[in-house]
Amino acid sequence: MLSLGGTAFFEGMKAKVIITPKRAVLDPQGKTVQTALEHMGCAGVREVRIGKYIEIEMDGDRETVEAQLSEYADKFLANPNIEDYRLVFED
Amino acid sequence: MKFAVLQFPGSNCDQDCVHVLRSVFGCPTELLWHKEYSVGDADAVFIPGGFSYGDYLRTGSIARFSPVMGAVKEFADNGGHVFGICNGFQILCEAGMLPGALIRNRSLQFRCEHVYLQTATHDSPFTGQIPEGKNLRIPIAHGEGNYFCDDETLQSLEANNQILFQYVDAEGDLTDHANPNGSLANIAGICNAKRNVAGMMPHPERAAEAALGSTDGRLIFESLIAALKPQSTLAPA
Repeated sequence: MLSLGGTAFFEGMKAKVIITPKRAVLDPQGKTVQTALEHMGCAGVREVRIGKYIEIEMDGDRETVEAQLSEYADKFLANPNIEDYRLVFED
Repeated sequence: MKFAVLQFPGSNCDQDCVHVLRSVFGCPTELLWHKEYSVGDADAVFIPGGFSYGDYLRTGSIARFSPVMGAVKEFADNGGHVFGICNGFQILCEAGMLPGALIRNRSLQFRCEHVYLQTATHDSPFTGQIPEGKNLRIPIAHGEGNYFCDDETLQSLEANNQILFQYVDAEGDLTDHANPNGSLANIAGICNAKRNVAGMMPHPERAAEAALGSTDGRLIFESLIAALKPQSTLAPA
């Protein structure tokens, strides 16, 4: 970590984008895996939802990186018609 | 009348579209590589089927950022006609030029078979020449053709007659069994509110010659060609 004018600048900051299908969207993969789990005897499964997980390494200060990733998640990494996403940063 | 057929890395129905437009209908047609910044003097643009960018991330999600799509959007905003088939439909949805999204087939299977379509409205440049009551037999070939949108969007599609085609069975009944992918309301194709941009999952270009087992797809090309013909004007005195 480098300090530039008071803003913490990270090299290779690890961000995770976790994308899941919206509740209202049919998730046939999740349903199929849920049925398989039940058939294997895994008890108590309520629901399985399958999404995507993207790891991104970025340089910059946390605030800028977060704003940038939100922008690109909104317009590219996730489709707001069918998916929700959240950003997680590794400490 | 000139057509442009887009070509992305991974398009694989581009040559079929070009063949039908040039050889079956005798229309000058150009292939347009995705790095072009203009659609030239085309009267209409076809976005063909295939697996642009390997379907990575989501189908159509990367192709929509190709330079040519900026030109296609501007062309459509100015009233130009744009027709997306299969992956082309997925790209138009991702680009926000058509509402909704195409998600994984409910069966998780890649479905490659002939289906029957009913024409939900003849009031569009893409369906105007289809005879009333005629159901089209056209093939599908997709793993992600399950049309989804929120309730509000579905209501507005219905209210504005934007649903062009719906899957029906051989008898013409709109049943769940006839729905090959789980699409809402058996939707196989829609148009935008301005009615100049449309997309469909089935492949009319694969049903345009008798040798292919069906010529029903021709009716869609014929509709567009008829709609694009210059309106007759009063003869000069």
